[in-house]
Amino acid sequence: MPAAPTNRTDNAILVADNIVVRFETAEGPITAVDDMSFKVRPGEFLSIIGPSGCGKSTLFNVIGGLLSNHQGVVSVAGETISSPHKSIGMVFQEESTFPWRTVIDNVAFPLELIGMPKAQRAERARHFISLVGLDGFENRYPGELSGGMRQRVSLARTLASEPKILLMDEPFAALDEQTRLLLGDKVLQIQQQLKQTTLLITHNITEAVQMSDRILVMTYRPGTMKRIVDINLPRPRTSEIVGSEAFGRYVAQIWSDLREEASRGMKDAESHVLHTPASS
Amino acid sequence: MTAASAKRSGLGALAPAAVGFASLVAFFVAVEILIRYGVLNRFIVPPPSEIIGSFYRIITEEHVFNRFLLTAGECLVAGVMLTVFGVIGGILMHRFKLLQQACETWVAALASAPFVLMYPLFLVIFGRNAWTIIMMGFVSALPPVILKTIEGLSGTRKVLVNVGKSFNLSTTQQFWKILFPAALPTIFVGIRLGLIFALINIVGTEFLINFGGLGQLIEDLAERYDLAGTYAAICFVILVSVLFFIALEKAERWLRPAG
Repeated sequence: MPAAPTNRTDNAILVADNIVVRFETAEGPITAVDDMSFKVRPGEFLSIIGPSGCGKSTLFNVIGGLLSNHQGVVSVAGETISSPHKSIGMVFQEESTFPWRTVIDNVAFPLELIGMPKAQRAERARHFISLVGLDGFENRYPGELSGGMRQRVSLARTLASEPKILLMDEPFAALDEQTRLLLGDKVLQIQQQLKQTTLLITHNITEAVQMSDRILVMTYRPGTMKRIVDINLPRPRTSEIVGSEAFGRYVAQIWSDLREEASRGMKDAESHVLHTPASS
Repeated sequence: MTAASAKRSGLGALAPAAVGFASLVAFFVAVEILIRYGVLNRFIVPPPSEIIGSFYRIITEEHVFNRFLLTAGECLVAGVMLTVFGVIGGILMHRFKLLQQACETWVAALASAPFVLMYPLFLVIFGRNAWTIIMMGFVSALPPVILKTIEGLSGTRKVLVNVGKSFNLSTTQQFWKILFPAALPTIFVGIRLGLIFALINIVGTEFLINFGGLGQLIEDLAERYDLAGTYAAICFVILVSVLFFIALEKAERWLRPAG
């Protein structure tokens, strides 16, 4: 049976404290995220999971420093942040490679920004390209690659900036299930190799259980913490773990938490459509 | 790759050009036949064979190359000016929203204005010289470049801007490393449109004010009712257009190899 959930706070590298985000809309103010507090330890893989519309991406923007009009504090290694911070590397849900740059130039982008000499940054970029398994594609353009390969380029580009925390917002959401599982393996392998602190925002239970040390389950609007689940599955892990009995139990446990929230979200969406005048 | 497949892919690359050329030849042959059988009036449309025959005459007797160089030079100056001022104008209007809100509508309205009819005003301002022609081409071609530059910059995907923010780019870095390269394809569409507008207005003004270039030659030949010569001169105008489009395509490939 899964272990009892814990909210471990020792040696936290990332702290989110009482985060509240409100938006003004035509129908009045909406609280997207309410009183979210959690901590992430160095080297930990934490996933935040919740139904669509629960404020996951809003939280991603707050932690990444892209959204500043919020209450509460986000700090990295004790330093409060209010704008994008060099310690946090972001991987976005949408395809975000630069189509006018080759794979190697995309990955070398953050190294170019710090003024690293060309030969040195090419060597570093090759290292990260190899890490994500794209050797031989250095001089290809993103338009010549598949969706999964492009997401790996984005991941390599973010890793090249050597962030303390890797922050990912549903990076595999647009990919098919098989590619998603295989890329999950790749991310796990990299995370274990680099001991990379990782925060993954997702709505995919399988993905979250496959990769995480802990999973934070969010409620539907306003998004707040419902529960934290410790995932005590052996490491190193691969996608083969999805067939294990323990994996199935974790998935069932998280789904039982999420089901009620997802149902609320669905009813809310239906009610919104019903109360919106028909266009014709 | 096998030798056979390499040969096939080489032939495949030539196919579009070959089909294009064959279509053109087929069109001219069809026009020739229609004229010879009296379906088309040869006093309105000269037979293509006569047009081809008149090339040597207009090259040797009408100094077409000097005129070609003059028109191409005017287009080049107008093209450089409209690229520099149009792109800078678009960037400024994108950067300063008040300027964009104040000016975008009338810039869009100017795009459809018949500038060629304003040649008397330009003659008064610049005199009867090449600058009148260049400025006519430049002013008439400016709106599409400005509008497409704004469109390209505004249309940059938000996620790319967010990537820039996540790497803490300064406003200048954000512009040169993300916004501008992302907008380049749309900016080039604007420059292409601008060059079409410029060439039409330059040749049209040469025709109207009877001052040098291919436009004046076309006017001269038309006055003499030398229809074959007129059409041959028009072919040189098309050649100017083709040369500029090839140069522009090379420039775009150089600036943004991935397209």
